[in-house]
Amino acid sequence: MPPDTAAPISSAISDVVGIKERTALQRLFSNQAIWVALAVALIMGLMSLRYPEQYGTLENFYNITRNFSFIGIMALGMTAVIITGGIDLSVGSVMGVVGIVVGLIMHAGEPWWWAVLAGLGTGVLCGLFNGILITRIGLSPFVTTLGTLSIARSAAVLLSQNKMIYQFGPWADQFFDIFGGQYIVANSVWLLIIMTLAFAFVLNTSAWGRHLFAIGGNEQAAQLTGVPVVRVKMQAYIFCSLCAAIAAIMLLGWQGSAINALGTGYELRVIASTVIGGTNLIGGEGGAFGAFVGAALIEVIRNGLILAGVDSNYQGIFVGGFIILAVLLERVRGRKRE
Amino acid sequence: MSVLQLHNVSKNFGAIRALNDVNLTLEPGEVLGLMGDNGAGKSTLVKIMAGNFPPSSGQIILEEGPVVFHKPVEARQKGIEIVYQDLALCNNLTAAANVFLGRELKTGFGPFRILDFKAMYDRSAELFNELKSETRPRDVVRRMSGGQRQAVAIARTRLSNSKVVLLDEPTAAISVRQVAEVLDLIRRLRDQGVAVVLISHRMPDVFAVCDRVFVMRRGNKVAEKPISQSSPEEVTGLITGAIHAA
Ligand SMILES: Nc1ncnc2c1ncn2[C@@H]1O[C@H](COP(=O)(O)OP(=O)(O)OP(=O)(O)O)[C@@H](O)[C@H]1O
Ligand SMILES: [Mg+2]
Repeated sequence: MPPDTAAPISSAISDVVGIKERTALQRLFSNQAIWVALAVALIMGLMSLRYPEQYGTLENFYNITRNFSFIGIMALGMTAVIITGGIDLSVGSVMGVVGIVVGLIMHAGEPWWWAVLAGLGTGVLCGLFNGILITRIGLSPFVTTLGTLSIARSAAVLLSQNKMIYQFGPWADQFFDIFGGQYIVANSVWLLIIMTLAFAFVLNTSAWGRHLFAIGGNEQAAQLTGVPVVRVKMQAYIFCSLCAAIAAIMLLGWQGSAINALGTGYELRVIASTVIGGTNLIGGEGGAFGAFVGAALIEVIRNGLILAGVDSNYQGIFVGGFIILAVLLERVRGRKRE
Repeated sequence: MSVLQLHNVSKNFGAIRALNDVNLTLEPGEVLGLMGDNGAGKSTLVKIMAGNFPPSSGQIILEEGPVVFHKPVEARQKGIEIVYQDLALCNNLTAAANVFLGRELKTGFGPFRILDFKAMYDRSAELFNELKSETRPRDVVRRMSGGQRQAVAIARTRLSNSKVVLLDEPTAAISVRQVAEVLDLIRRLRDQGVAVVLISHRMPDVFAVCDRVFVMRRGNKVAEKPISQSSPEEVTGLITGAIHAA
């Protein structure tokens, strides 16, 4: 036995070592998320040097992190969908309708857990609606979720009777404490961190995560080899809407009021965060960490522009520019890989 | 006792009649060479056996009796494995991930089960070794040569103890040395009692490993006979239509 196995083992080890060395370096340089994280750190460092009074404070750190936590949570869900090669344009509107549902139930004097459960349930229903149309009926994700974007926003306006909801009933204090509270940083930031770690773990170590990538790589091959394509895609859309619902609840907890315009235009920022973090719009590539740092980069730049006194109307130009830049980067990387 | 029979199988794709009342019998431990011109219906025939789509009419009969496959997994559960002509690989995943796609090995307990990376890498390495292929389990398929991809697709069929292995042009994209390995593999499968269907346009391969040859032309079976009673010239004639039937 030993003489037989000796040769393959030694060659296997050199194989493995050789590959490990290559990928360790490759990974470092080809991982967009790491570059984005470096950019975030660089901008924050430069800004604190330039504006030590306003920028380098704990309070500003608290503000920045809180501001991107909502987008970051949604970007995690978007990552799952985009990895399968899909897209979800409805997240901002789902956020709006969930905010109104939670607000109305709180306003009616019901305990916060009912409101939260109903909010999460609304999110799941929206995801189910998207998922069924896309996987069972075979509609394109773009068109389907564009429809849901419009439907869910309308539903939010109708449900709210176009009024702002700010009286949250007897359970309001507890609700604001839990969802809008803070411990060093906002609770929504802690939640984002936990969700990012959990989602990264699931993406990299579970069969479900691997199936997301397989579907994005070659949906037909995945189907033929027995990957439950319909189920996995459906779950991706449900997860995406659920993340939007979670973000809505956290945002409500912080703002203390629900308006039906909640989340308007967020789909752009969420997709931008995801793509900037290195998730490939064609599918089959992406990660949780990327969603996190992508959201962080957009917010750090936005915040920096405000501090530097740049007109806030320039934000759209920067966000849009960054999406295009990220896709261009992906092109370049793609070419190098061939 | 045959492991698989097709009885009057026809397949229409809209107005196209891809298969016309085809009968086929497959015995354990035999290698059947399936030949025919482009578009003759070879891939369609094996895809029906592999559960890709149901026949428009006719029956698939296994040892246990007639079966209806709704999807490929059901055929696989009955011991029928296939290597598709286009290989059906996910370019963004590693070789090992592709080999185990849809039947990943897991470790852990209860609901906390994660992928067993080591077991899958080790088993894939074993399979590639068996195939004498230079494929490394951790390499991403996108960066692989045609032969390595083929090895990944073939390795999949060896994960379970299959009864029938369907190979749709498994030697189309590979080197002479690797062709020899694949033919060797086919012989080993045969020796283990597995029935193999080999689709190939390469006459020497078919005459080297097959026990019988099955020729199709425009969706029809035009010949099914022992290879020892045929010749490359006859098969060529059957394929092109120069010889009407045999
Ligand atoms: N999914 C499909 N939809 C419509 N027509 C199809 C489909 N699959 C095959 N066909 C048609 O059926 C016929 C037989 O095709 P098939 O792929 O079985 O040929 P083949 O013998 O495998 O050819 P080749 O040697 O080129 O692989 C062709 O006319 C083809 O165009
Ligand atoms: Mg074919």
